[in-house]
Amino acid sequence: MNTAVNIAGVELKNPVMTASGTFGSGQEYGEFVDLNRLGAVVTKGVSNVPWPGNPTPRIAETYGGMLNAIGLQNPGIAVFMERDIPWLKQYDTKIVVNVCGKTTQDYVEVVERLGDQAVDLLEINISCPNVKEGGIAFGQDPRAVEAITREVKRHAKQPVIMKLSPNVTDITVMARAAQAGGADAISLINTLTGMKIDVNRRTFAVANKTGGLSGPAIKPVAVRMVYQAAQAVSLPVIGMGGIMTAEDALEFILAGASAVSVGTASFRNPSAAMEIAQGIEDYMRARHIGDIRELIGAVR
Amino acid sequence: MAKEKRAALVKSQERLCDDVFSMWIEAGDMAREAVAGQFISVYSKDGARLLPRPISICELDREAGGLRIVYRTVGQGTREFAGYRPGDVIHILGPLGNGFPHVPEDMSVFLMGGGIGIPPMLQLAKDLDCRKQIILGYRDEVFMDSEFKPYGDVFVATEDGSAGTGGNVLDVVREKGLTADRIMACGPAPMLRALKAYAREKDMECYVSLEEKMACGVGACLACVCVTKDVDHHSNVRNARICKDGPVFRAEEVEL
Repeated sequence: MNTAVNIAGVELKNPVMTASGTFGSGQEYGEFVDLNRLGAVVTKGVSNVPWPGNPTPRIAETYGGMLNAIGLQNPGIAVFMERDIPWLKQYDTKIVVNVCGKTTQDYVEVVERLGDQAVDLLEINISCPNVKEGGIAFGQDPRAVEAITREVKRHAKQPVIMKLSPNVTDITVMARAAQAGGADAISLINTLTGMKIDVNRRTFAVANKTGGLSGPAIKPVAVRMVYQAAQAVSLPVIGMGGIMTAEDALEFILAGASAVSVGTASFRNPSAAMEIAQGIEDYMRARHIGDIRELIGAVR
Repeated sequence: MAKEKRAALVKSQERLCDDVFSMWIEAGDMAREAVAGQFISVYSKDGARLLPRPISICELDREAGGLRIVYRTVGQGTREFAGYRPGDVIHILGPLGNGFPHVPEDMSVFLMGGGIGIPPMLQLAKDLDCRKQIILGYRDEVFMDSEFKPYGDVFVATEDGSAGTGGNVLDVVREKGLTADRIMACGPAPMLRALKAYAREKDMECYVSLEEKMACGVGACLACVCVTKDVDHHSNVRNARICKDGPVFRAEEVEL
């Protein structure tokens, strides 16, 4: 039985990755998950300099989901390269580094510094709804998506995944823009911008006022967008958004995703990503599916 | 890989006062590993309530593997937990975080709890062999105070003056003229802020247990950070993770 998938020339042993920002750089979850069982670990977004992130409260639970506005807190590329990459290298899994920045130059600087590192893929975050500059500002204008993709590609040594925002009118426009800029793959969806108001304190539940909605509540939106994007471009698509179970992951794969990312589910069950990888294998075995590639985009 | 979220059996459930409940859980090794000041993640059985509720460990029966939580019902998740009966299954992860530090026997401490910050002070009171003055602050209804009596001198403060000293835990210290070498405390932020200032003024060591909205509970998501005095080794910015680097901090190391 083959569970391996290929993303821009990089072979993942199975299609299950972690979603950026939900898994740190893997160390904290190493106690709960055998990282060798994952197709790839996608790190928390890393920028050229340390970012302090947003004030607390940074999260709020909502029905079937949660809002977060962490604000891309990260220790900066220097500490990340010295501490997190060597740790991840111990495991037999692919390393995907999520890159964030405020300006195009910020992204390029991080991408260049990662050039000689043991990193398999780069995921460019142009879709974070929780930072004022950069992030989603790049992700909601197709010309900006194309331009930053082209600029990053010019400096990147590893294949580039552009992570798209769902906070747009037509996801296919953004997917095509990433493809036009030379992206090697796209990943979607990042979180949907939302808001919760605490009626007892009569204020916003998250200090940033708005936060990114994730969790099973957004899954139907995510499956729809993954389907549309997969139809619109010839690039590999990495699907995510509310995956809690292997069945959820299979929905994305059948809709056209070559790989999937497990995010918020890890908060509910620290072993979720590993269990989902196992669940996909069980599904294939039970239905005598010899190769996972038979399932990718099988529903049209 | 060593830890996992697991199912445990509820041994008992008791209402201590209006909205405060006490639950003993058959936690096995989790209870044997745990120390005072650590917490556990408790998961709702309703898939629409995704995130674990971090609840401090109130008491441990290390021999029998029992773990007790005392919690306030503040929302639907904790109300669900309050509905569990002996024999029901509860989903938990832990022990998480770092507990209170050891105190030498020749030292004297104030163990101070405010409101739902009182429960974690019980196991600490049981574990410490030093001189303990236990000062418990309530808004109105008093709970658990008698349980502390075997472990030290117990003082009560109520904001409405209905029991003990009218006011807060520091009003007790001032009224009774109490002194100690160290403060160890858990409670609402204004209380901890006042204790930090008091400790600085009196040149006492002060340890505080902090609380914040959490998602992962294991140090990955960076939701529950607190601002630190110096650049934190993990974050490389002035943010420590309450779940992983805390919840107990030296008061002078954090901004409250």
